[in-house]
Amino acid sequence: MSGIVADNISMVFTLPNGDQVHALNNVNLNVKDGEIISVLGPSGCGKTTLLNIIAGFLRPTSGKIIRENVEVTGPGSDRGMVFQQGALFEWMTVEKNIAFGPKMAGRPAAETKRKVDELLQIVGLQDFGKKPVYQLSGGMQQRVALARCLANDPEVILMDEPLGALDALTREKMQSLVLKLWKETRKTIILITHSVEEALFLGERLIVMAPRPGRILREYELPFADRGLVESPRQIKASHEFVETREEILSLIWGMEEEIMGNDQELEPA
Amino acid sequence: MSKHHTPPSGVSVWLGLKDNVFTQQKTVRFGDASAVNSGRFYSILTVVILLSAWGIASALGMLESFYWPSVNATLTRMGKLLSEGFRNVAFWDHIGISVFRVLGGVLLGALVGIPLGLAMGLSSIARGLFDPIVEFMRPIPPLALIPLIILWFGIDETAKIFLLFLASLFIMTIAARSGVNSVKITKVHAAYSLGASRTQILFHVILPNALPEIFTGLRTAMGVCWGTVVAAELVAADKGVGSMIMIAKNFLQTDTVVIGIMVIGLIGYTIELGMRYLERLLIPWQGKG
Repeated sequence: MSGIVADNISMVFTLPNGDQVHALNNVNLNVKDGEIISVLGPSGCGKTTLLNIIAGFLRPTSGKIIRENVEVTGPGSDRGMVFQQGALFEWMTVEKNIAFGPKMAGRPAAETKRKVDELLQIVGLQDFGKKPVYQLSGGMQQRVALARCLANDPEVILMDEPLGALDALTREKMQSLVLKLWKETRKTIILITHSVEEALFLGERLIVMAPRPGRILREYELPFADRGLVESPRQIKASHEFVETREEILSLIWGMEEEIMGNDQELEPA
Repeated sequence: MSKHHTPPSGVSVWLGLKDNVFTQQKTVRFGDASAVNSGRFYSILTVVILLSAWGIASALGMLESFYWPSVNATLTRMGKLLSEGFRNVAFWDHIGISVFRVLGGVLLGALVGIPLGLAMGLSSIARGLFDPIVEFMRPIPPLALIPLIILWFGIDETAKIFLLFLASLFIMTIAARSGVNSVKITKVHAAYSLGASRTQILFHVILPNALPEIFTGLRTAMGVCWGTVVAAELVAADKGVGSMIMIAKNFLQTDTVVIGIMVIGLIGYTIELGMRYLERLLIPWQGKG
């Protein structure tokens, strides 16, 4: 069995003042090999916590993450990570950022160089290899982040709102790039996002999470990621089926947000 | 906009008499720090006024050489210092020895302080062990240590270098420690996910990330040490710019004292400019994370 299994994960943060926050409550998730799934939910639903647990940065209060029949106990290069922003090494050029993983692993320099050149081509940055990363735009930086992650050839790629800080247009282009990379590499990808459209477009499967306590509310099987490999993104996003699902999920999330707002008002009587 | 602006000439912009075209387009200038130009013309004016006041006062014979030398006397003394040196030591050697002491002290302070600061930022034990020492030593002005250091080492070269070592040590330690604290956790997480080991993360992520702050520490340490070395030489030395002006004072050579003070100011300024230049050269990514 490969892929990734989240087995009954619960996470309780105990704050320094003794208060407890139930970030995740009995989360079960089975991600198949080569699957791309998106995780969506209002802020505070624990989606980033879940990703950090899968990445091995946090130890869950109970439950475990299993990858290839082995329990995950810490970060590892089999699970690559793409962050929202600010995770590139600004003291390195684009090339050196991408070469970081292979270089740390002690791969031969020539092999690494070939790989870096190839990845620069794939993400469309072939003319920017020698540039320091801080001279690139936000979208280009995220392409570097993707390439850096792929250079290590991880089996699973964890994406924590990787396109969240980009403008709408760049974001759409990057979504297509993510799909293209998924198609070409067939990596297992778990994508956290707060954009309903992005979650629908990129996920073969969509997990909707709810807060207080953080839990999985609903799962959708979606055709759009597969269609995105052949059809144009604009066409898909305008299609009747896409719009309908989007509205359904939006009202689901709106309902949760209103519940939270309502609770807040009850907590603070005027 | 019907009003035409004739672009201001390059010279008047350089002098700060006119704002550049971009600033001229702003209607809000008071409170916008970037709209305040260099005012270079007025800087030149200040220098010219001060120098002419000195020149006129000298020409009119208004200066009592005991309190402040005339321009001529100063130039003559300068020539003499350059050709004959001061107290059998060449003028440049007086400057050179002071600069050497500063560089030596700062270098040693950095060699010990940077690893110490990194350790304090990375390990609870190191932080706990050294925190009382660092926090206790930090507010003590290095000059207050001079008597003790004279008792320990006498007044030879070791004493001065050790004093400057102490003066820079705690600055460098604190700079390196705060450099570690400023590392964004996402970068460290990213490096772990890319398979880096702890040692690799220290040298390839944490250290470069801390470099801007380490360099700021280095700049501060250079400034503090330059001030300290002059003061230390005032108290106990037979060579160096500080000792030069102190000995000159004993011989009532006010002109040498004034020249020494100007040299101290100029060198301090040069060190600061040099460090800023190095900073731009070595750490171009500063503030761009």
